[in-house]
Amino acid sequence: MNAVTENRHDQEWLGGTSIGHLKRHGEVDLSHRVILYLEDISVSFDGFKALNNLHLTIDAGELRCIIGPNGAGKTTMMDVITGKTRSDAGRCFFGQTIDLSTLSEAEIAHAGIGRKFQKPTIFENLSVFENLELALKTDKRARVSLFAWLGDDQRDKITDTLKQIRLDKGVGGADRPAGLLSHGQKQWLEIGMLLMQDPKLLLLDEPVAGMTDDETERTAELFKSLAGKHSLVVVEHDMAFIEQLGGKVTVLHEGAVLAEGDLATVQNDERVIEVYLGR
Amino acid sequence: MTRTPFVIRFCNATPKSGWIALGIFAAIAMLLLPALHLVLPPEHPLHVSAYVITLGGKIMCYAIVAVAMDLIWGHAGILSLGHGLFFALGGYVFGMYLMRQIGRDGSYQSDLPDFMVFLDWKELPWYWAGSDSFLWSLALVLIVPALIAYVFGYFAFRSRIKGVYFSIITQALTFAAMLLFFRNETGFGGNNGFTDFKRILGYGVTTPEMRVTLFALTALVLMATLLLGRYLVTAKFGRVLAAIRDSESRVMFLGYNPLHYKLAIWTLSAMLCAVAGALYVPQVGIINPGEMSPANSIEIAIWVAVGGRGTLIGPVIGAAIVNLSKSYFTMAFPEYWLFFLGALFVGVTLWLPDGVVGLWKRIQARRVA
Repeated sequence: MNAVTENRHDQEWLGGTSIGHLKRHGEVDLSHRVILYLEDISVSFDGFKALNNLHLTIDAGELRCIIGPNGAGKTTMMDVITGKTRSDAGRCFFGQTIDLSTLSEAEIAHAGIGRKFQKPTIFENLSVFENLELALKTDKRARVSLFAWLGDDQRDKITDTLKQIRLDKGVGGADRPAGLLSHGQKQWLEIGMLLMQDPKLLLLDEPVAGMTDDETERTAELFKSLAGKHSLVVVEHDMAFIEQLGGKVTVLHEGAVLAEGDLATVQNDERVIEVYLGR
Repeated sequence: MTRTPFVIRFCNATPKSGWIALGIFAAIAMLLLPALHLVLPPEHPLHVSAYVITLGGKIMCYAIVAVAMDLIWGHAGILSLGHGLFFALGGYVFGMYLMRQIGRDGSYQSDLPDFMVFLDWKELPWYWAGSDSFLWSLALVLIVPALIAYVFGYFAFRSRIKGVYFSIITQALTFAAMLLFFRNETGFGGNNGFTDFKRILGYGVTTPEMRVTLFALTALVLMATLLLGRYLVTAKFGRVLAAIRDSESRVMFLGYNPLHYKLAIWTLSAMLCAVAGALYVPQVGIINPGEMSPANSIEIAIWVAVGGRGTLIGPVIGAAIVNLSKSYFTMAFPEYWLFFLGALFVGVTLWLPDGVVGLWKRIQARRVA
């Protein structure tokens, strides 16, 4: 046990001198401004290449949109990042030091990657506040939660998040049962639950599916306010939403990057038009 | 940050009306009724008869079981149809002590309980060791059911057995235990069980003083159970349980291990049932394997459903309503009791999905509107 810890310190110290800075263990190393680095990732299911030498780099604090036709590998890419699917080849790094291919799903979540699935799953019978409380990053053992009461700082954190996801106002405010929220509000609540866990990188799979135009617009505002402090990767089909977000856009096609750039450039790209219109 | 003492936070989390109701209940059950039974002569119009005291004590025991059931079913969403087993185990463990307290006053004037003499056993089986000690028996009342519940729960919850499958397995568990206890060789009196108790700690078990003592003690345990339950569901622990009931996989995704939560509430619930069983046996004067019959365990679920699931106080009301009507029906129309019970259950399911407490809340909501 001791030897292992010392060994790890040695490595960190050596690595630190060679790069020129010291790293604290367990923190994401963002010294090169890159939070997520995928290199030559390939995944195949029974011969079908879902990802084919995918190369993708996400900068710290960036808001990136991923688009692409069905079967382009968007969800598989999310699965590889979160450890749900293992890549057959390639490297997947979180920051400079964390090799995601060696970690379990839980460890990846703990390292600071939060994922929101398409369908909102929240606790319908608990209040909005309680939903966030359960998601709070804290000791989660049964015997601890027998005597756990919220501290003032934790309460403040929940209040801040409530404001961010705009669920602090309205009838009942944070005390209304989550089951009474509209579809869009449930999506926000789930994003709020992700935020409670202090993720460095947020993966959002079709976050505005089923939302009204008004809700979509407000979601775009929320994401833009989160960028900078968090890095976001948004998979979406809704072009109006992507335009509102205004970040860099990556187009996936047949498991590889087809084009990358701002939305206008990508939309005028010949190959992209071809893929989408099927010429 | 200032830390408010634990007790004060808990007191604030429970409404004032709840504390007042608890105080009134304590005064009636622990002072008024015992006094009316002991002090007033039997011919006095306000005299409370032994029948009423015993019936009240019995119903309060059932109410404890109902609250225990509500903790596991109403708050954690796990329907156990085997809670009668833990109730009976508590009763049997304390019954062993009561059998030893008979001493040489049994029909055979032997040191051994009568049924052992009848089986021609010469000495106590090993698991009867220490059964003459009151404290050891009390400890076993908690330990034995807790151990069985823990081991059973560990394997069931670890294998992610849920919903109706869990209910069926618990039902099978209590049925298997009943068959085991029916056998004379098991050493618990076979189908006659334990009866003909004489003393607790040397005091006569059928004296009026002992009767009101047991009655008041049961009331005390019932109130403690309600407070404990109330604490658990207001603590974060209770919210995690509710979340597990809603979506267990999501809870895991947030970093909680549902196994520990379910196992904790399951074991606690079993222990509460066992305490109720231990209080029940000296008041009723008999324990036999019939208590482990599947129908008994199902009846517990009916009490909770009638009163209102997930409300803690509802199950107490449900246990009282069902058992009072049972006492009435089995005397007035013995052959129709089961029809009535069935009709009650169907009626509650159809028209009162949230039980009596839900009905009360609906009436109040209408008054406000």
